[in-house]
Amino acid sequence: MKYQSKLFLSVAMTGALLTGCASTDTEDSGQSSDVSTYSEPTQSVDTSAYEREEPQVALETVFYFEFDQATLTSKARADLNAQIQRLKKTTGPIRLEGHADERGTREYNMALGERRAMAVADYMAINGIPRYRIETVSYGEERPVSFGQSESSYAKNRRVELK
Amino acid sequence: MLARLLFLGMILTMSVFSHAELTIEINKGNDDPLPIAVVPFGWKAGVTLPEDVGAIIERDLHRSGLFDPLSREDMLSRPSNASEVYFRDWKSLGVDYVVVGELAVEGGTLVAKYELLDVNTQRSLLAGTETQPASRSRFLAHTISDMIYEKLTNIRGAFRTELLYVSAVREGNDNFRYRLLKSDIDGANEVVLVDSKQPILAPTWAPDGQRIAYVSFETTRPAIYLHNLVSNERKQLTNFRGLNGAPAFSPDGNKLAMVLSKDGSPDVYVMDLSTQALQRVTNHFAIDTEPAWAPDGKSLFFTSDRGGKPQIYKVELATGYVERVTFEGDYNARARVLGDGLGLVMVHRVNGNFHIAVQDFKRKRVEILTSTELDESPSVAPNGSMMLYATKHNGQGVLAAVSVDGGVKYRLPSRFGDVREPAWSPYLY
Repeated sequence: MKYQSKLFLSVAMTGALLTGCASTDTEDSGQSSDVSTYSEPTQSVDTSAYEREEPQVALETVFYFEFDQATLTSKARADLNAQIQRLKKTTGPIRLEGHADERGTREYNMALGERRAMAVADYMAINGIPRYRIETVSYGEERPVSFGQSESSYAKNRRVELK
Repeated sequence: MLARLLFLGMILTMSVFSHAELTIEINKGNDDPLPIAVVPFGWKAGVTLPEDVGAIIERDLHRSGLFDPLSREDMLSRPSNASEVYFRDWKSLGVDYVVVGELAVEGGTLVAKYELLDVNTQRSLLAGTETQPASRSRFLAHTISDMIYEKLTNIRGAFRTELLYVSAVREGNDNFRYRLLKSDIDGANEVVLVDSKQPILAPTWAPDGQRIAYVSFETTRPAIYLHNLVSNERKQLTNFRGLNGAPAFSPDGNKLAMVLSKDGSPDVYVMDLSTQALQRVTNHFAIDTEPAWAPDGKSLFFTSDRGGKPQIYKVELATGYVERVTFEGDYNARARVLGDGLGLVMVHRVNGNFHIAVQDFKRKRVEILTSTELDESPSVAPNGSMMLYATKHNGQGVLAAVSVDGGVKYRLPSRFGDVREPAWSPYLY
């Protein structure tokens, strides 16, 4: 999984360098994935699906966290650095959605999801993205992407999604 | 318009999902439950009843854990009034109490005459008549359950209370349907109050039993809503940047404690519901969340990780003085105060598993009540006898109940995917 991600990242970065605007793909699917209340999503945004198929030129939009932690892993920092380079060329609003796994109470996880989103926001701000562009919203454990009661499921749910 | 839609939703829901059957599992080993026989109520030929009133009473009493009802197949006779009761028969079956009754329908009104008899003294303990519209036969049964329960336990019955909870159904990838539901406390008469594609959470009752508050993400951001169940009006109370969560009505119903992160990190605030003025109650860079009022309304319990791990603290509203309340274990969260104010019920982690536990203020002991792995959101009955909580069963979110002494457990069935966050109403009648 790790190797695959790294490979994916390097392919993605190369792609980004080559084509410049390569990541519009990701951004579009992010928007259609529904944050608006009553619209039907038109396509899936399961990022794992991208990885299995031939890697398109796309940057990582999901950043993962350790259990009960809100500090960025080195992998998340690397992914974010690539995103930040792209975002610097744009001006639009950035929405960061923080999530937690289901262990622990819902409101505490809501706070933990916010902490994670803030960690990403802070990192972006330190690296030159204007703070006013960034909105953080925590969903706590309310919107999981993986549904088992296993560590691998939990790990997929402890995340911040860039929309 | 919204109110109308909601009303329509209720009607549809009531017709599609009628009442639920409970899975009752009683853990033995505590005090012996009272052996009681609830004889099927007699009724006049030709009248069709929508509900088996006697069976509802029997299940109510059984679910309380304090009673061990005799099964109908074991009954030697089926008297419907006191004069038909042969006490020797019931004594031979080991029954201490017998409930008999008769039903009649008079012009659309259901009339129930009932009597509670003591087998050992051969005396009547309670006799009464209850009337309700025929459509409210379940309510009539719960009323009789309350009378019997209080007579035999000296504790006020809570069978005519209600339950709020949230369901989440997955409808395809990254697509959910969230519902805020209300039902009778036995799971019957379920109605949909809010239906949304965005998360709904933290439903809670006002002490008047008429207003509720909850968090909805319907604007794509969390906001606290105040919803009047009688008028069906709802109002968005908050729209702050960051968290808007964990609403909790004060004991007098005039204030709402909540968690906001508008000033940086999550802190506890109290909103005056008449002026919407906010008072900041905690001020710490750590996570402060999950406020719960002390019965006197002068202080709040809350969860904080200011010591490194989540623990329960207490803050005095007048002075802002904070003291830590829980010390056993490295995860104690989402406290609710037991009705008598003598203790807390909370989520407590042991060996990586989350259980419901009670902490007694006097003895300072933590007693674990549940044994499943992901137990959360305890909500105590107004008479303090039982609590509802959420857990996982075969990978699905379900609601369960446990008595405050841990002796009784049962699960409520669910029809709507994962269900969670039960909130037991105050007394409604």
